[in-house]
Amino acid sequence: MQQADITARLQARFGDRIVASSEFRGQSALTIRPADLIEVATFLRDEPELDFTMLMDLGGVDYLDYGDDREWRYEVAYQFYSISKNHRFRIKVAVEDESVQVPTLHSLWRNANWMEREVFDQFGVVFSGHKNLRRILNHEDFVGHPLRKDYPINRRQRLSRPIEHLIPDDPEWA
Amino acid sequence: MSTRVAPIPTDRLVVNIGPSHPVTHGTLRIQVELEGETIVRSACEIGYLHRGFEKQAETVFYEQVVPYAERLNYMGPIMNSNAWCHAVEEMLGITVPARAQAIRVITTEMARIIDHCVCIGANLVDLGALTNFWYLYNYREKIYDLYEELCGARMMVNYPRIGGVAADFPEGWLEKLVLVMEDLKNHLADVQGLVETNRIFVDRTQGVCVISQKDAINFGMTGPCLRATGIPYDVRKVQPYWGYDRYQFEVPTGTAGDTYERVVLRFREMEQSRRIVMQAIEQLPEGDYILDDPRFVKPAKDLVYNTMEGLISHFKIVMHGVSPPRGEYYSATEGGNGELGFYIISDGGPKAWRVRIRPPCFINYSAFPQMINGSMLADAIAALGSVNVIAGELDR
Repeated sequence: MQQADITARLQARFGDRIVASSEFRGQSALTIRPADLIEVATFLRDEPELDFTMLMDLGGVDYLDYGDDREWRYEVAYQFYSISKNHRFRIKVAVEDESVQVPTLHSLWRNANWMEREVFDQFGVVFSGHKNLRRILNHEDFVGHPLRKDYPINRRQRLSRPIEHLIPDDPEWA
Repeated sequence: MSTRVAPIPTDRLVVNIGPSHPVTHGTLRIQVELEGETIVRSACEIGYLHRGFEKQAETVFYEQVVPYAERLNYMGPIMNSNAWCHAVEEMLGITVPARAQAIRVITTEMARIIDHCVCIGANLVDLGALTNFWYLYNYREKIYDLYEELCGARMMVNYPRIGGVAADFPEGWLEKLVLVMEDLKNHLADVQGLVETNRIFVDRTQGVCVISQKDAINFGMTGPCLRATGIPYDVRKVQPYWGYDRYQFEVPTGTAGDTYERVVLRFREMEQSRRIVMQAIEQLPEGDYILDDPRFVKPAKDLVYNTMEGLISHFKIVMHGVSPPRGEYYSATEGGNGELGFYIISDGGPKAWRVRIRPPCFINYSAFPQMINGSMLADAIAALGSVNVIAGELDR
């Protein structure tokens, strides 16, 4: 399906729950609220015509002082890919601030586990239902979230305390 | 006659593999919980090589990211910088000349070959087969020599530019490349002969650390790890770029999804890369190796030194960079380990607002605990090499 067709499908299905849409160089993206994420993602995966079998990527964005009328500070961008249809689509979740939680997609795609941990680590966005939401690239004692726009690039933290125990209680979340 | 044996203690033992250990080929840490020699549960700790690539990429001009990008998958550096330039060009809405596209295909496929050389060679060392390592590294040297002649650097070449590449092939270089490519057959035959039907290798890898097709998709695996389960997903084939659709090549796939196929598949991929390079040399179009557009590309040096317009264009690009319009774009190419994606958000300025990399290693490796749970400790070592985790790309 073309990007415009997928957009139309989702707009017809979710209507005013889509808070923003964008189009650039032939790629479309829709922005939704965290509460609708599971429903939209399940629809993308299970609708035969869409058949988005893979969660290709998941990453955070900080729009602090981006200079537009966006009402939220963070976004979490999900890139989906369908092997059978060979099409891609991007869904973004608007996160007002650090107090808003985004539901984990681990029950649908298990690679969400590490990528959500990375978004938490780098931006401080919390994923509800995530059972092992620890930092992943930075040390556990790290203070702050480095990919936020207000984190200065030259701030250094020297951390070397060994982390004794890695294996989570539920090995699914390793 | 009966002998009484005291019961063996069966307490679980927690063992750390790494972070600094010969098999990790970098700094990775895996903690495993053992029952006897069987892994019951496991977890990975990553981030030892985290350098803040994504943060750094927000603070420099788009073209200054090129050398940083090469330090992602440093086993085939030019694959990443070519991919980065491709992503920025798509954001700018420009198409590089046909010759530059072919040059990118050639250099990328050379990088894929050496990436697989390192992966297979190093993995076999972990299994005790040192000879293959020398054979494959020997071949890698030949490709490095070619890179050196092309741009003066062996590993971190910094050769691609936004709009094309830095220079055309030197005189006589393609002839040497043809010879090196023909030589690949001999090197591959040597190693394949030692490995593919080798009793020890087969026994240690076949049916070991299997990941099923369903799980591989669910984990978002790409590259040889996914193809070993039977899915012929290759970005070069399904969403071609740089004219990959003009070349005849196959996407090798396996069926079992075990360590053996993840390794052996790479031999066949190297052979396909060789085919692509040979075709690209044969069909190499004449013309420019870089786009002739002073808005995005620095003019040639004689224009800079001898004309006012050239000097102005040069100054503009050095001081102000190139600025894609406001928007966001996800660009995918096939890296050594799978889909290498750059998700770039532009605010209309000369520096990216946000650069998110989809690192194939990171996502393949996130399935690793599930892959090794239930298998023997020694098998996990073999599986680790077959996933080909490159710390530069994993930790960014």
